[in-house]
Amino acid sequence: MTTVETAPSAEHPGWMGKSVPRIEDARFIAGRGNYVEDVVLPNMLHMAILRSPYAHARIVSIDSSAAMALPGVVAVVTGALLAEHKLAWMPTLSGDTQAVLATDKVRFQGQEVACVVAEDRYVAHDALELIVVDYEPLPAVVTPQAALEDGAPLIRDDKDGQVDNRVYHWEAGDAAATEAAFAGADRVVSLTTFYPRSHPAPLECCGCVADVNPASGKATIWMTSQAPHAIRTVFALVAGLPEQNIQIISPDIGGGFGNKVPVYPGYVVATAASLLIGRPVKWIEDRTGNLISTGFARDFHMTGELALDGAGKMLGLRVKMLSDQGYAYADAQPSKFRAGLFHMVTGSYDLPAAHVVTDGAYTNKAPGGVAYRCSFRITEASYLIERLVDVAAVEIGMDPAELRRMNFVQPDQFPYRSATGFVYDSGDYAPALDLALEQVGYAEVRAEQQARRAAGATKQLGIGIASMTEALGAGPSRDYDILGIKMFDSAELRVHPTGKAILKLGVRHQGQGHETTFAQIVAHELGIPPQDIVVQEGDTDNTPYGLGTYASRSTPTAGAAAALVARTLREKARKIAAYLLEVAEEDLEWEADRFSVKGAPEKVKTIQEIAFAAYTNHPQGMDAGLEGVKYYDPPNLTFPFATYIVVAEVDVATGEWTPVKVVAVDDCGVRINPMIVEGQIMGGLTEGYAMAAMQQIAFDEDGNCIGSNFMDYLIPTAMETPHFDLFDTCTPSPHHPLGCKGVGESATVGSPAAFVNAVVDAVSHLGVRNIDMPVLSSRVWEAIHAAPG
Amino acid sequence: MNITVTVNGSARTSEVEPRMLLVHYIREVLGLRGAHVGCDTTSCGVCTVLLDGLPVKSCTMFAVQADGRSIMTVEGMATNGQLHPVQAAFHSEHGLQCGFCTPGMMLVAKAFLEENPAPSEEEIRWAISGNLCRCTGYQNIVKAVQAAARNMSEVSK
Repeated sequence: MTTVETAPSAEHPGWMGKSVPRIEDARFIAGRGNYVEDVVLPNMLHMAILRSPYAHARIVSIDSSAAMALPGVVAVVTGALLAEHKLAWMPTLSGDTQAVLATDKVRFQGQEVACVVAEDRYVAHDALELIVVDYEPLPAVVTPQAALEDGAPLIRDDKDGQVDNRVYHWEAGDAAATEAAFAGADRVVSLTTFYPRSHPAPLECCGCVADVNPASGKATIWMTSQAPHAIRTVFALVAGLPEQNIQIISPDIGGGFGNKVPVYPGYVVATAASLLIGRPVKWIEDRTGNLISTGFARDFHMTGELALDGAGKMLGLRVKMLSDQGYAYADAQPSKFRAGLFHMVTGSYDLPAAHVVTDGAYTNKAPGGVAYRCSFRITEASYLIERLVDVAAVEIGMDPAELRRMNFVQPDQFPYRSATGFVYDSGDYAPALDLALEQVGYAEVRAEQQARRAAGATKQLGIGIASMTEALGAGPSRDYDILGIKMFDSAELRVHPTGKAILKLGVRHQGQGHETTFAQIVAHELGIPPQDIVVQEGDTDNTPYGLGTYASRSTPTAGAAAALVARTLREKARKIAAYLLEVAEEDLEWEADRFSVKGAPEKVKTIQEIAFAAYTNHPQGMDAGLEGVKYYDPPNLTFPFATYIVVAEVDVATGEWTPVKVVAVDDCGVRINPMIVEGQIMGGLTEGYAMAAMQQIAFDEDGNCIGSNFMDYLIPTAMETPHFDLFDTCTPSPHHPLGCKGVGESATVGSPAAFVNAVVDAVSHLGVRNIDMPVLSSRVWEAIHAAPG
Repeated sequence: MNITVTVNGSARTSEVEPRMLLVHYIREVLGLRGAHVGCDTTSCGVCTVLLDGLPVKSCTMFAVQADGRSIMTVEGMATNGQLHPVQAAFHSEHGLQCGFCTPGMMLVAKAFLEENPAPSEEEIRWAISGNLCRCTGYQNIVKAVQAAARNMSEVSK
């Protein structure tokens, strides 16, 4: 367990590895956060969205006359009006198109059809009831398998050249080498599974306040955005607004988890409405709007086959995946990789050959899929391989921990080039597995499991292991871009005359603790205490360009930029110190927060003294001031890893199950603030449990969304959420300036397989081999009763 | 309708529409922005305030129903510039991340600890189970409530 430390000490010099309490807490615990809904401007109007009740229908007519006649209504915006301004459609982050407001057809239940702008939020919602839309319902396509059948209704008939519902076909790895591996295998095991559609569901829904000044043309838009700079550029490209006149401000964000990366129709319509009306327009999404229309995640139908030799050594991996994209291909992902980083599916294992075939299909569902607390589809990949290894262990009669251990990529193999093209920067997987096994009391729990099986106990025990490796921190610009914008990030550091500082970053946190963690980086490099440093993010007029916070990329990219810009300032500080102390630069040495003269340690200048001199007494010929900016393009992704072990108790009579012990051993390299890292891991484990146990956006055969509110889309409370025991190992990244790797998403990526493995393990002796998520008690019961026994 | 509500110790009189939700009255009429809106279905608890000392979800009450009654919001927790022990503990135990659920969670914890000053972990988890958190996994919230309970009992000794 971490202890809170607020200052360097003799035992723990410097600011790295210290659990500094969060600087940003002060405003949140006082109720003084500033979220989008808190933004109130003079003369502001309110916008509400009318959504389609049908999954697929032709729009015959829209009559908004009664709505317009309601006192307080200022405007009703329809797709036809937007089309006059060439704004009815917009690009998605995967280069597809998405309707802003429907013109010809609606293509999913909940699609945006019209918007009311009114003096008051209640009036705006009243007016929605008065809009009459005449729909002609069409057959809905609700599975990707049905979408790809001959004769399936064509969903995207608006797109020239689109003759079927196929979105993409993409492959990775070596088909021939993989076929050869399978031909030489002693055993082949397979698993077909479905990772259901899920939703990040941050507690704050999406929203914006758009204020376009009719005189200056300046558009200031407060927005729930994890990537404000990218949004500004997209707005410039879509709306044709000059980019210098667009200011995106992401204020405090009430959770993001990938949901707040894309551009949503509400943002665009509110901005267009403000432009057309000349007054600020506020749009705050309701929960149903959030769950039914904004970026979902997962929805992958997957089959994995593993080739093994007689001893259990993995020889090859063959994977087929079919993705349900909804009606638009709107993944927030690097453009080079059509199924995100799903080809990371070889995971922690030394697989000589692998071949991954992926296809995407349009359906009559909301567009997505966002990277829900993961690095672009790695969650699905990690789930498949970690489930498949467990299936293999049962099939060949090996202990799942031993099967993992004997197939791990070994420490001397790094940097390791995987069969699908990743170059893992570092790793040492066995110690993490061993520590987790020790902490869970593996031998004892296995013995208890055997005893219960022998006794035919109603409550059986299962142990689920997942030893995952992630690839995150996009990215090297040679491989990673979104809509062509390279995925570097940036930091600007200004040290003020009194030795205080402001650090401005291109990323945008949503609770990850950047205002503390990144202040600690500067403190570590320059010796300015974190309390003296303000970290500013989210305002595009006042921060350097960056791609935002998602995919665990902030510390790998902007964190590196912060360290490097601080080092640049330290070199300038050296020159100033040399001038002040009247010695040569090479005669100075740096320690913690000061330069001293070698051999004359009493002659020192602290960073605060140097900063003051930079503005009051700087050397002639040198630029005044102490500030700089650094853009950081990482040479590679970072590859954190973990072993998660879940012990679950399953009631074989009812199918109910409970995780009774959860052990997490995470290795994310160097930890800047262990308290914050552990907070991220516990949050990630909770979302992993949520997906394993209850979260699902389901649909009926007509495309009606079942899961459009928090009574149908279940989120764990404190009662269901298990207690977590956290441990760590440390394998620093060899290329990150501080040795750090990303961590925010590791537990969400890795832990779902551990939960499901535990439940399946508890009933595997009854013949059960797989239960798809969410592992509801009814599904467990059904699996037990359907098993061959 | 004309209503008078005692809010964080001060009487406030306002003219409101009968259908105005209590959370909108608190946020938009009174300008107290610590209570949030998260779900519309009384599920998430980010709108929680104390009504006559007990937690209520202010998105599921009309403002007029609070007429003549007393409300505490997060803005009323600190006294004389001193954080309430629950607020201090949420900070020291890292019981918050994005901060959106935090005001409601802290108010529930405050009311609960007044009723049960020495709770078990199970009792704490039950007490906060009407309030969702997507960031923390609840473990540090539980620790914060435990720490607040210890600190409050120290003070009352």
